[in-house]
Amino acid sequence: MTDATATGAGASDTDAPVVRFLEADGTFAPTPAAERYREAVDGLSDADLETFYRDMAVIRAFDVQATNLQRQGQLALWPPSYGQEAAQVGSARAARPQDHLFPSYREHVVTRIRGVDPIDIIRVMRGLTHGGWDPTDPANGNTRIYTLVLGAQTLHATGFGMGLVFDGRCGTGDPERDEAVIVYYGDGASSQGDVHEAMVFAASYRTPEVFFLQNNQWAISVPVATQSRTPLFKRGEGYGMPSIRIDGNDVLASWAVTRAALDEARSGEGPRAIEAMTYRLGAHTTSDDPTKYRTSDEEESWRRRDPIARMKAFLLGRGASDAFFADVDAEAEALASDIRERTNALDGLEADSMFAHVYSEEHPLIEQQRQWLAGYDASFEGDQA
Amino acid sequence: MTGVETLPLSRAINAGLRASLAGSDRVLLMGEDIGKLGGVFRVTEGLQAEFGDRRVLDTPLAESGLVGTAIGLAMAGFRPVVEIQFDGFVFPAFDQITTQLAKLTNRHEGALQMPVVIRIPYGGHIGAVEHHQESPEAYFAHTPGLRVVSPSTPNDGYWMIQDAIASADPVIFLEPKAKYWMKGEVDTSARALPLHASRVVRRGTDVTLVGHGAMVTTMLQAAALAEAEGTSIEVIDLRSLSPIDYGPILESVRRTGRMVYAQEAQGFASLGSEVAATVMEQAFYALEAPVLRVSGFDVPFPAAKLEGVYLPDADRILEAVDRSLAY
Repeated sequence: MTDATATGAGASDTDAPVVRFLEADGTFAPTPAAERYREAVDGLSDADLETFYRDMAVIRAFDVQATNLQRQGQLALWPPSYGQEAAQVGSARAARPQDHLFPSYREHVVTRIRGVDPIDIIRVMRGLTHGGWDPTDPANGNTRIYTLVLGAQTLHATGFGMGLVFDGRCGTGDPERDEAVIVYYGDGASSQGDVHEAMVFAASYRTPEVFFLQNNQWAISVPVATQSRTPLFKRGEGYGMPSIRIDGNDVLASWAVTRAALDEARSGEGPRAIEAMTYRLGAHTTSDDPTKYRTSDEEESWRRRDPIARMKAFLLGRGASDAFFADVDAEAEALASDIRERTNALDGLEADSMFAHVYSEEHPLIEQQRQWLAGYDASFEGDQA
Repeated sequence: MTGVETLPLSRAINAGLRASLAGSDRVLLMGEDIGKLGGVFRVTEGLQAEFGDRRVLDTPLAESGLVGTAIGLAMAGFRPVVEIQFDGFVFPAFDQITTQLAKLTNRHEGALQMPVVIRIPYGGHIGAVEHHQESPEAYFAHTPGLRVVSPSTPNDGYWMIQDAIASADPVIFLEPKAKYWMKGEVDTSARALPLHASRVVRRGTDVTLVGHGAMVTTMLQAAALAEAEGTSIEVIDLRSLSPIDYGPILESVRRTGRMVYAQEAQGFASLGSEVAATVMEQAFYALEAPVLRVSGFDVPFPAAKLEGVYLPDADRILEAVDRSLAY
């Protein structure tokens, strides 16, 4: 444990109010902070609850497959979402179709729920593109591409939210039409100046925006106690934003709190902040070695709070059928093998493609270099390899 | 405003901004103190009163925030024009400009355009404190995905700002602050040149002098002095720092056989370095002398009492011209 914990509440302050519906063992036991959201959760149908579970289980199988593909040399890198499924499923399912999602780079669950084909993330990590998908294509559910410079996307989300305000696309009072923005970032990114500036602008222009912080406890090897001596959700309050902490491994808490925050934001009440307490059960990326900085005891204590096992226990308690779980397992397996097949079938890149789209309009230097490379390559034609 | 008017550069840019604001309600101006105050150089004076505070925004004081939110606004279909108050204050936004703004079209494989203009008053000659007199153009010209331009006359200020706003690509728009009050004729009926063209501003036969921004005035002074001594200097205003229009430069060097580049910025890895290298690559056999550079020294921009020593003047340019002619 770090000295931050020793000298005070620290970033992990376990006494801070937290919204939780499901205990680690799947018992439905809303905390006092959860009462406000109780009605919404009670209104969820069996089908809704099963969808949450299905989302989490299926994308975990994809995530494990992607990690394996990297280990087998098929990908340059993989940042696992393993362990953070509840925070992501709840928040992404809470977003309405007209909402806009700005991920960081570990939101594989979020992107799939909104319609992004997971192979597009594979293409990024395989070294085939820096983008992956077209956020303006309706098939991708208003999901922006990943951002690797930590926190930079929080400003883009805020600017986008300013645009919604200026265009009157929020605050009309019609939740079916009013648009909102949700931006994902992590405990490490919370230290970035851009996150601060995004919150300043968001508060100033009352953007219809939810800052969704997944506190997975570790910024690669640095614990959250080094990022903050106060629980991170409290920072939002400093900007004048209602801010709340949730159990990020409880999909019901994530869904209910994000749903309410997005609806408040879209109705013109201004930005909101959510801190989802979760844990990166996997490595930061496949280049990382967590055994160098955290204990197996700590990992084990979070494994016992696994979001998927918790939801499964809850659903079993409500009488979900074996057939349902078997069906989910089959879908998970099918996605994993589909991804493996499609990854292996991915083509390479034409050298020429690097010159495309550097600019939208003509740029003589780029054209000159494109032509030069074509000529240079052509000069080898006929040579033996 | 139609026809020909005499305006200082600051008013000409103001008129260009007004025309763009009037031409499309997607154009927004954003910056620190640009609304009620009209900007510290008054370039945006009167525009908030005319177009309202939803079109001309006095933002919080945060440059990364300014550029980062401008990117988000562009994603939402706006054409933001950001004012950075002084050259030295662009660096808090450097990350958003170089890692985000410059690359987003490329990362989206063309599915997303980034029509964002970043206006930066730059350069010395105003006797100001640290961070207020710098010439950071090389950082941006070095960055793929950005376009970089700098008007040196009121007419160019009026037209180039409108063309920059109309561009689908991000444009770094460098305004030579020392020339804000310099008057010139603005022909609002028709643009003289496209955004990315360089321009011969004075014809000559002995030496080609190339530069940009406030240095164009200094080069013309040098050319006038040289003429009295019987040397004919051709002066070319680069106007566009990325991409560079080499046509007029190479045509000129092939006639004169000599070239000097003049700039306020440090010479090391500068625009002058780039132009010199390209001219040597493409006009080697026409050259009678090596291409020379006249630049600021490779030191931090000095305290204002020394700016007259630091900044190239007509005499320093002529010293280089003489060296070129001596070959």
